[in-house]
Amino acid sequence: MNVPIMRLFGAIVLLFAILVAWTSRWSVFEAQALRDNALDKRPLFAALSVKRGAIRAADGSVLARSVRARRGDIWERDYPTGSLFGHPVGYANLISGQLSGLERSRNDELSGTTSELNSIIDQLQGKRRGGNTVVTTLDPRAQRVATDALAGQKGAVVALDPRSGAVKTLVSSPGYDPNRVRDPDQLRALNQDSANAPLFDRVTQGAYPPGSTFKVVTAAAALDSGEVTPDAPVLDGDSPRIVSGTPLRNDHGVSRGQIDLTEALTYSVNTAFAGLGETLGKRTMADYMKRFGFYARPPLDYPDDQLVASGERGPDGRLLPVTSPQVDVGRMAIGQDKLTVTPLQMAMVAAAVANGGKLMKPHLTDRVVDPDGRTVKTIEPEQMSQPISAETASQLTQMMGNVVEEGTGTAVQLPGIDVAGKTGTAETDPARDITQPWFIAFAPASDPQIAIAVTVENTQNGFGGTVAAPIARDVLATLLGG
Amino acid sequence: MSARNRELLGLIPASLLVTAGFAAVFIERGSLSQNQLSEASLTYGAIFLGLCLAAHVFLRIALPHADPYLFPLVAVLACFGLVMVYRIDDTLARQQAQWFVVGLLLFMATIVFLRDYRKLEQYRYLIAAGSLALLCLPRLPGIGAQVNGAYLGIRIPGVMIFQPTEFAKLGIVVFLASYLRDTRQVLVVGARRILGVTVPPLKHFGPLLAVWGMAMLLLIVIRDLGSSLMFFGAFLALVYVATNRLSFVVIGLVLFGLGGWYLSTTVPHVIDRVDVWMDPLNVHRYDTEGFQIANSLFAQADGGLFGRGFGGAMLRTPYDAPLLPAAETDLIYALIVNEVGLVGAVAVLATYLLFVQRGFKVALLARDSFSTLLAAGLSAVFALQVFVIVGGVTNVIPLTGVTLPFISYGGSSILANFVLLALLLLVSDSARRGAAR
Repeated sequence: MNVPIMRLFGAIVLLFAILVAWTSRWSVFEAQALRDNALDKRPLFAALSVKRGAIRAADGSVLARSVRARRGDIWERDYPTGSLFGHPVGYANLISGQLSGLERSRNDELSGTTSELNSIIDQLQGKRRGGNTVVTTLDPRAQRVATDALAGQKGAVVALDPRSGAVKTLVSSPGYDPNRVRDPDQLRALNQDSANAPLFDRVTQGAYPPGSTFKVVTAAAALDSGEVTPDAPVLDGDSPRIVSGTPLRNDHGVSRGQIDLTEALTYSVNTAFAGLGETLGKRTMADYMKRFGFYARPPLDYPDDQLVASGERGPDGRLLPVTSPQVDVGRMAIGQDKLTVTPLQMAMVAAAVANGGKLMKPHLTDRVVDPDGRTVKTIEPEQMSQPISAETASQLTQMMGNVVEEGTGTAVQLPGIDVAGKTGTAETDPARDITQPWFIAFAPASDPQIAIAVTVENTQNGFGGTVAAPIARDVLATLLGG
Repeated sequence: MSARNRELLGLIPASLLVTAGFAAVFIERGSLSQNQLSEASLTYGAIFLGLCLAAHVFLRIALPHADPYLFPLVAVLACFGLVMVYRIDDTLARQQAQWFVVGLLLFMATIVFLRDYRKLEQYRYLIAAGSLALLCLPRLPGIGAQVNGAYLGIRIPGVMIFQPTEFAKLGIVVFLASYLRDTRQVLVVGARRILGVTVPPLKHFGPLLAVWGMAMLLLIVIRDLGSSLMFFGAFLALVYVATNRLSFVVIGLVLFGLGGWYLSTTVPHVIDRVDVWMDPLNVHRYDTEGFQIANSLFAQADGGLFGRGFGGAMLRTPYDAPLLPAAETDLIYALIVNEVGLVGAVAVLATYLLFVQRGFKVALLARDSFSTLLAAGLSAVFALQVFVIVGGVTNVIPLTGVTLPFISYGGSSILANFVLLALLLLVSDSARRGAAR
């Protein structure tokens, strides 16, 4: 009976080999697919049982924290400031797997998955690992002032330090309370509110026509390329002017004759800038726009799908190169045509001028602190590009100072502080006098510390100088006064 | 080196394993200070080593020539099982340790009272009838206990849920071994060829088929599909060893295939199992029949190559609902993969395979047909039990409720498998005593 016994053992070895093969299949070869299976709640439960790190404002006040849930051995998210920081902080609904804002872009740090070595040491010491705290650059007082100044109108305010790129204020109105997002029904209701779009971050996602604020970019291109000087009366300010076969008029149809660039910017003369844009040409305009960050998502530490690039957009919503035959470069030069921008992009334009022509990478995070209070990561200021020379920046600062002193932006004047800025009023529905006022600025002009962009959607006949500039003034006063 | 000295050496890795295993669980729990850590785990290690030494001394006296590797291999499996069960629940582990002591006592009793194990042959019909009666018990009203739709156990209040299939498997192997010893010649000689297939003579095959058929029927009645598969496999293995006729195995497999196909299209309980087996991650069955196997696979994926370490697997949700059901019994292999990874699980399988290999070695050395068939049958049924449960947990075959021998929590399983070990050692001692002489 020896032969069949040997064969039987051979069959059993074969059966065990199958067991090894199948165990390998689940534990190694197909493990990733199984771990990614939505039915498997292990990753979720592991995440829920970890105390997620807090998110703090620059002054240390808590914007997001983890508290023990009423039911189960888990943590849940609490946002003590409610809707005030809803957009920059975002929300973390781990159960549904939905995250946004900093909660998403800093998820690795907040959830504590960054340091494997630390977690092993903690385990040996019997400690439960927790996530790291993210300290932001946000200023709660200015955030409050900006929110109040918008007064429930749809719009956006973004202010940053041009020297470092640190974002001080990021307000998108209407906001939402991230505490409500915990409830799936409430989240659905917020998502479906297309009239107000409260979850839509207008600062980073709002693609708006920039109106005359874009003339800063055209002026920068003209000065930096050496096409004009600030006080050479070479621009044609007559109205109307035929641009791409259609007449273009100045405000109130005023003809200003031969003027220089300073006057053209101070009084926002459309025909002069349209002519300048045509003179500079598509290539030069495209070059300078890209240098300022157009045609790319701003490198903010924010989720990619919550960041939108600025630039010309075709009817299908896709970015259209400036060199495309569909682009009317004259109208683009005054912020019309099919040009759409985000408030963040316009704040970056102001910041680059303010910082002597150097554009710093914008960021919301100042540093990351571990549960023991050690700073594990500091976001150092980083130069993104140098769109214009220091001399061009200085000339532009002078001109933008004029706008506030005597031009369209006098509403932003602050006692004792010199502000440089540019107004804009995009006509979104000329037939019904519906406009989108803009204001971009920086201050103090002599030693810029804050750059800001403000816009308000769909006002009835509102102007940049009357609607947006006062909001910018309040926020600047708060940020510089403190 | 003598056989018994080799056995003694073999116990060292087992006791090291239990000490290190408990230390690892304590560290993971982080609940004990350094001193308690070393004391508690060393105490467990020492008690375990003491028990093994006692059994070893007993073997030195009672069965000096028996195979030296079988007992240490069982010790390794048992101590690994104890650590796994302890990691799930320390109360269960204490009970498991008690069953381990009772099991060792039964092991010694078996060796003392069945010293002449050939006597078993005389009682083969009694043993067969007793085994069938055991299988009937769970269906009797009042004492049967239904678990997961199967009638697997008999409730003995305050003590345990006794699982008769664990003992019935031994009885049926003893019966088959003894019956086949008598009839294996005539089965071959009397075989006829029908349509090119060698068919055994019905006259001698009849009793075998009758006993086997009743066992099958009972298993369908008590709905224990895993045991049914195990019994049938052991039956085919023994018939093959006894007759060396592959055609008998093929006929058996065809019959089993037909029966399996019939059952899997008619019996709802079986249909569910097969559906889950075909599509273990189906969303619609996840919360019901599919929960066990889906989480078994998820737990294995969570373990990966090296596992999460003792105590590292997630057994319950943060809301304290079970996440890996029956982790201490049916799904313990999934927990092993989760905590010690593919590497550890393969080591466990290799230990089982080594045990089976020693078992077959005993069968090869045995000097009479009954001993050979008994050792081969016990080894085969043991190997098949491992295959049925590990195959079920890894979804090679539909998942059914069978214990992983010596590792799963459960008194009946430990007791029955210690009897199995005792029988193998008895056969081995008798065979090697003859060789030594």
